[in-house]
Amino acid sequence: MALRFGENLAINYEEAVAIILFAIGFCMLLFHNNLLRKIIGLNIMDTGVYLFLASMGYIEGHKAPIITDPGTTITETFINPIPSGLVLTGIVVSVSVTALMLALAVRLYKRYHTLDLDEIYEIIEEDEENDIHN
Amino acid sequence: MIHKTNRLSAAYRKLFRKTYLALSIVLCLVISVILLWTVSYLPPYGSTDTPTYNDVSGRYVNSGMTETGATNIVAGMILDYRAFDTLGESFVLFTALCSCLIIMYGSEFAIPPRPDKYLTEKDNILKYTMFVVIPMIMLFGIYILLNGHLSPGGGFSGGAILGAGLVLMSLTFGHDVVAKFLTPKRIRVISCCALGFYCLAKSYSFFTGANHLHSIISPGTPGNIISAGLILPLDIAVGCIVACTMYSFYCLFERGDI
Repeated sequence: MALRFGENLAINYEEAVAIILFAIGFCMLLFHNNLLRKIIGLNIMDTGVYLFLASMGYIEGHKAPIITDPGTTITETFINPIPSGLVLTGIVVSVSVTALMLALAVRLYKRYHTLDLDEIYEIIEEDEENDIHN
Repeated sequence: MIHKTNRLSAAYRKLFRKTYLALSIVLCLVISVILLWTVSYLPPYGSTDTPTYNDVSGRYVNSGMTETGATNIVAGMILDYRAFDTLGESFVLFTALCSCLIIMYGSEFAIPPRPDKYLTEKDNILKYTMFVVIPMIMLFGIYILLNGHLSPGGGFSGGAILGAGLVLMSLTFGHDVVAKFLTPKRIRVISCCALGFYCLAKSYSFFTGANHLHSIISPGTPGNIISAGLILPLDIAVGCIVACTMYSFYCLFERGDI
């Protein structure tokens, strides 16, 4: 069964770019051994999600949802305000998660004097072997 | 015996790394192709057929101003219709700060507080520039904080700018200058008071038992600075929490202490 792409891939270039950003962040998360690079990768994934949400809320020719003249009746048309609010939530959660991960990375560095995951595993294995033989 | 296990585990590790690499490449490719395939079937960019554009957003856009009194519909949405969501966000920030404090502070691996290195270097150009720049940053942050219901901005962005101003002040004039008016105790009191005020202000709908949309606080005249009911005080509360949290994060990572 061949994978058939739909017609809107070129029109939806903004969502496609968001997916590519997400994939770049995911690759960084998987391929790098350094914990700081993994954290940066997770942040790039977050950015991709924000771009996706913002582009889903956009409507051609409509304005940002701020009423400039509250006295008169509203004649303007506005974009969808819900994804904007969701992006705000996402940014706050991403800041908190990043701070927490960086704090954990600092603690790991203090304990093992490296941020490389393979070296940390080796140190842990050596410690366990020493524990068994003593 | 030890040598044998070491060699075995080394070979095992090599195999594991190769398998991991192959599986990761396959996983990345599969996920990106599936997501791009989904994007190619989404409604066209900028059209009104998107699944998120439904009655809910129509209600927010059409009657948001008369019901909440805020001309910024996003502010009216996140601080009135969906205020509990924003309360959760504030609690996420506060919990992250508490967790960072637990992790970084008061253990044998915590970083010892470092002496201020910037205060000893008397850089006059930096100091006199900051005398001009920092009040402007603070004023801009307060402006964004107080105009959240009228223009783009609100508690989170204004609080982030205020926190950036505090960080800049701490970098330029040393930690002691900021610590004169923002002691750890005051940070704690401000954050807890702001969170408690937010909880109490938004739980009146529980106490009165009515449909939350019929607020006892009138929305006022949309467009005035004192309007939009509870949105302005809630913005100030959120801004206080965000500014304190940003500055505390900086202090924790820079000095290991608030």
